[in-house]
Amino acid sequence: MALNEIIRSKDLVCEYITRDEEGNVESIKKAIDGVSIDVKAGDFVAILGHNGSGKSTLAKHLNAILTPTEGTVWIDGKDTSDPENLWSVRQTAGMVFQNPDNQIIGSIVEEDVGFGPENLGVPTDEIWERVDESLSAVKMQEFRSNSPNKLSGGQKQRVAIAGVVAMHPQCIVLDEPTAMLDPNGRKDVIRAVRALNMVEHITIILITHYMEEVIYADKVLVMDSGHLVMQGTPKDIFSQVDTLKSYHLDVPQATLLAEELRKSGLPLSPGILSGEELVKEICQLL
Amino acid sequence: MVREITIGQYYYAESVLHRLDPRVKLMGTLIYVIALFILNNILGYVFAAIILAALIKLSKVPFKYIVKGLRAVLIVLLLTISLNLFLTPGIQLVHFWIFTITAEGIKTSVFMALRLIMLIMGCSLMTLTTTPNNLTDGLERSLKFLEVVKVPVHEIAMMMSIALRFIPILLEETDKIMKAQAARGADFESGGIIKRAKAMVPILVPLFVSAFRRANDLAMAMEARCYRGGAGRTKMKPLKYRRADGVSYVLMAFFLAGVILISRFGTLPFEVIA
Amino acid sequence: MSIIVNHLYHVYGKDTSRPVKALDDICCEIGDGQFIGLIGHTGSGKSTLIQHLNGLLRATGGEIYYNGRDIYDKDYKLKDLRSKVGLVFQYPEHQLFEITVFKDVCFGPLNQGYSQKEAELRAFHALRMVGFPEELYYRSPFDLSGGQKRRAAIAGVLAMRPEVMILDEPTAGLDPQGRDEILEQISRLHREYKMTTILVSHSMEDVAKYVERLIVMNRGRIVFDGIPREVFRHYEQLEEMGLAAPAVTYVLNDLKKAGLDVDTSGITVDEAADSICKALKSAGKI
Repeated sequence: MALNEIIRSKDLVCEYITRDEEGNVESIKKAIDGVSIDVKAGDFVAILGHNGSGKSTLAKHLNAILTPTEGTVWIDGKDTSDPENLWSVRQTAGMVFQNPDNQIIGSIVEEDVGFGPENLGVPTDEIWERVDESLSAVKMQEFRSNSPNKLSGGQKQRVAIAGVVAMHPQCIVLDEPTAMLDPNGRKDVIRAVRALNMVEHITIILITHYMEEVIYADKVLVMDSGHLVMQGTPKDIFSQVDTLKSYHLDVPQATLLAEELRKSGLPLSPGILSGEELVKEICQLL
Repeated sequence: MVREITIGQYYYAESVLHRLDPRVKLMGTLIYVIALFILNNILGYVFAAIILAALIKLSKVPFKYIVKGLRAVLIVLLLTISLNLFLTPGIQLVHFWIFTITAEGIKTSVFMALRLIMLIMGCSLMTLTTTPNNLTDGLERSLKFLEVVKVPVHEIAMMMSIALRFIPILLEETDKIMKAQAARGADFESGGIIKRAKAMVPILVPLFVSAFRRANDLAMAMEARCYRGGAGRTKMKPLKYRRADGVSYVLMAFFLAGVILISRFGTLPFEVIA
Repeated sequence: MSIIVNHLYHVYGKDTSRPVKALDDICCEIGDGQFIGLIGHTGSGKSTLIQHLNGLLRATGGEIYYNGRDIYDKDYKLKDLRSKVGLVFQYPEHQLFEITVFKDVCFGPLNQGYSQKEAELRAFHALRMVGFPEELYYRSPFDLSGGQKRRAAIAGVLAMRPEVMILDEPTAGLDPQGRDEILEQISRLHREYKMTTILVSHSMEDVAKYVERLIVMNRGRIVFDGIPREVFRHYEQLEEMGLAAPAVTYVLNDLKKAGLDVDTSGITVDEAADSICKALKSAGKI
């Protein structure tokens, strides 16, 4: 295994078993079916898929909240199904969840950020240093002594991210962190995540169904009914508009418009991701 | 109505009392309560009242704010006063219908009322000057000795602080659900007790479902952040005694000694006659 | 039939030291059968406004007339108003409580005082209106997927046969497929039943596609009120309020600035593609 691979899964299978009242097996559903991925340290990887595609289940495997039914997941070379590795896996790969209210434990912002380091047994002075660093990394220093209840959704989510950053993870897995936010909150959260990736070189796994959020990723994975169905750079992925639509994903408006214009004969390059890019290309025609 | 209860709420101010270690404040409250029950004469009550007034002044919490806390227990207060007033046997002063007022009755009911008022004001002062988190920390540390007899002190303290965090969230959620059901024509205001109780079902079921969902999410988030109980945990804000805390303990000892002395020797001559 | 809102004010915490003006002199008229989009960022007052329209909140100043009658009149029954103006809250699935979906949908009509039989009839009709799959009628609402739960909850309001339907961010938290399905359904209801519909949303793209009139709120005031393409002309002001016009509006305006003589009024992908093609043709570039 290459040393710079922070996350690796091989033939990962996850089965959900539902049982009736007597405990007999009613049905077995494969939420993940034979997924193998490799993520290089320092990468920004986005995972797309509609609800029920298995993307959240995959995320929970990366933090050892779930362990594989079959196959193996390694985080920084450590097998997640080995109970010995549990805490070091969780420290290496931090996790941010969807609902901002349900993941903040502290009654004061700074105390919540300190929760993770406290659990790790970090000495008091260092906890304070880490809290300071993490809050400034997500630009929430000025709210440090506020109650989380008084913050907006986007602010709460950034506090949650700071809480993970304070544990000094090598990798952060974000499970639809923007699904419950308004457009402004969404932008702030994505900006914070990108900064962590570029400045702190933390590996990012962003799970989402908002396409605008993945155009900055180094690599995009698309999941559908438990399988990994597409992977590549955002440009590769977005040049396949029809395939994306068949997986019930939607495509950014600029990309759709470019596609539409290409169909009517304009010589534009495939996989245009943003409005600025499209405007630039059309201007070259003038 | 919920908003009017000041007991258990925190009042932000910069004062010596706010800065004291929560363990000191817990102990102080305990000693004050004990003192109130040792006291048995007018001089003693005056002494306790002066000390309380001084502490309130020191805390920078407006006096009005503390008095407001009494409103919530007004009924208990009135009940205690009237029971003591009418049911204490002794020298009869006034008698009408089935009520008899005795000199002893007046004395005990006045003392009882003073005792209760000071008790509540003293306890409110503690909660008003201590953040919920600090209070939980203080309780956790003060009760640590109970771990020897297998009381899960850390877990109880963690539960308390999570509960404190989620009370406002659940209140807001209740309000939202009530509005949503009202929009579907639900009526919470009319009808007898049974009808009203039944009308609560459409609120309580979604509230429970949501509370369970939140509990599940929160447990997952805590695990993901490596929470595994109290063992091996460090503290971001560890409790540390400072000079003022030591001084406070000494003052408390003096206060207790004073109270004991006054209750032994401070009974004024005319009190004996009554 | 119409709703007339006349100089409406609402102040939260009037008696406290820090009152918050949530609605500030709102005047508007909602005509019969209109499909209106109500837009504004979090805290702009839009949720407060819609709760006034069905009498859940009482204004601190001003009047509302429903079909000519002042709803704050002493003898006006607010309960009747609530069944005429149906309000679907954000995340409406959180209000489901009955043992089966069907019973839950009956809740509204039963509260209106209809007999069990009539209530069931209305519930059937409402579930069919939202295209809820028949085989799930007698399932527990808690076993459904996110999109289905939401449909059931919307049916719960529709079963009261309201004349006006207000939906507060009906697509929040859904994936693209779920979002499109719900919006299609709402638009179909409007077409087929001529129901007056108010759609509260953050997403300009969604709103641009469906509504015929757009009301934009900011800081408790109505700042724009008109047909979508008129409102989007002010895309720079919308930006200042933390809102954004559809992505294609930016592309068109940027092209115009770059010197292409293009019609900038398009608000959907197809319209934009058309006007770009036209502009390029008349410029002799294709």
